Amino acid sequence: MTAVPTPLRDIAKVVRSKNAGPFEITLDIIFKSKEDYEAVKRSGVITKELVSELYNVPTQAIVTFGFFDLVNAVKITLPRPRVQGGIGETDMHAAQQHVPLQEIRIPWPVACSS
Amino acid sequence: MPAPTQNEIRILTPSGMLGYGFPIDHFKRGLALEPHAITIDSGSTDSGPQKLGLGEMTCSREAYLKDLEVLLGAQHDARVPLLISSAGGDGSNLHVDAFRDMIAEIAGRRGWRFRLATIHADIDKDHICRELKAGRVEPLGPVPPLDPREVEAATVVVAQMGAEPFIKALDEDRGLDVIVGGRAYDPAPTAAMAIRAGFDPALAWHMGKIMECGALCAEPVGYSIMGYLRRDHFEIEPLNPAERCTTASVAAHTLYEKSHPFLLAGPGGTLDLSNCTYEQVSERRVRVSGSRFDPGPRYTVKLEGARTAGWRSIFIAGARDPIFIGQIDSILDKTIAATRTYFAEVPPETYRIIPHVYGKNGVMGDLEPVKTPAHELCLIVEVAAATQKLATAICGKLRTGLMHAPYPGRIATAGNLASPFTPLEIPLGQACAFNVYHLMTVDSPTALFPIRYEEVA
Repeated sequence: MTAVPTPLRDIAKVVRSKNAGPFEITLDIIFKSKEDYEAVKRSGVITKELVSELYNVPTQAIVTFGFFDLVNAVKITLPRPRVQGGIGETDMHAAQQHVPLQEIRIPWPVACSS
Repeated sequence: MPAPTQNEIRILTPSGMLGYGFPIDHFKRGLALEPHAITIDSGSTDSGPQKLGLGEMTCSREAYLKDLEVLLGAQHDARVPLLISSAGGDGSNLHVDAFRDMIAEIAGRRGWRFRLATIHADIDKDHICRELKAGRVEPLGPVPPLDPREVEAATVVVAQMGAEPFIKALDEDRGLDVIVGGRAYDPAPTAAMAIRAGFDPALAWHMGKIMECGALCAEPVGYSIMGYLRRDHFEIEPLNPAERCTTASVAAHTLYEKSHPFLLAGPGGTLDLSNCTYEQVSERRVRVSGSRFDPGPRYTVKLEGARTAGWRSIFIAGARDPIFIGQIDSILDKTIAATRTYFAEVPPETYRIIPHVYGKNGVMGDLEPVKTPAHELCLIVEVAAATQKLATAICGKLRTGLMHAPYPGRIATAGNLASPFTPLEIPLGQACAFNVYHLMTVDSPTALFPIRYEEVA
């Protein structure tokens, strides 16, 4: 087995974003199994600092960030970049703001052919 | 809290949103299980501030009438109480009364008769300002502190009621058939039925929390769901035989649209799900226990309000020329600057010009990680100004400016934009903005929510 940087979209069961009320956006990463969840958690790649960088939000402004063992999921809640549905809105439901998370690369074991 | 006088309370929720429609055969399957109540939510802030700001409803009147007729028919036949929350989407008095009128219309047409309670949730602005002065209003999450001028500017301010007003209505009129609630915490109707019957409030809120979304907790997601609440647990099962609840799907459901996965704050307290146990009791049914409810030091309700925020017009245009697309940012900047110069008599802070460039960063804006634009772009340019006429005039000047804008290397000299529609400038009407999203401490969970009883036939 060797580890290859693998995008989260190929590992997780769910990667999604949505409003949590008009002033917050919440992001969920839900894994297929406890093993996958634990492996991603152990990798140490997903951090508050990474989220801060991807979403241009200071770490101290992050509302919720955590690995939640009971549901094999990472949950991240951020202040919305603009209040929902006002002038300049680009995503009323914040349903398409998850893509930067999908692209996170996790060192992931793949079977060696040799 | 009196001990439950029954072993089980069964709640049927046909859909996560009144007005979206639901499969009749799944609903009928639920009715055959003899529910003690039908609960259905109608509310959401999710589709925008225009409902509160302009008095619009989430769904069309026709859509509500269609769903209501099915629900009222079931109520009429089986005499099961029907509890509706957050009428019309925002749960304003306007929409509670609109629902009341629709119910009366259906009752009249079908020759049905209902004992009806309506619960209003609009909050007097002077009351809010007094409470604000007394230090009893605070921001909810990343929201600025409330300014009394914003309260004044809001078209209407509603408060999210808890279970208590529903319980009060059921206690005061024992023959009640239908309750139409104004703005309510989504699980309130289900929680009210269970708490009133003497069951554990923590389980009642948790079951309500899952059921208010219909069968969104099932795999695959569906519409209709049945909940069975007992002394120390509840069970949940979708009414479509092709769907199933799994321990994973039910546990993960509380992540959806929530700020925190285990701590769910609502009127009068916080539901804590961090020690819950989820068991698969049959292939399609999950049992939940271990929910906790912390009433907190004070009873608070959430205030919601929105104001109008000027008039908008847009234009929509495609771009395909790679020489143009390669310079899109600088061409837009120059055209916007020229438009602003042209409208020099309009104070610049009174209008906004916001280009949405699809194919480049229209969805994610500055957060877009991909920096290379696509081979064709869709431009939607948004103009917000003090009047519709001015917004359209600025929009028109921008569009023609962009159509004919010179740029280095230009060889397509006849025009830069591919316009699909007339009108070329599209008036969008008034824009709105959420401007109240705060918690207010209350002395009584019911005093702000007046109940009116009547018979409709």
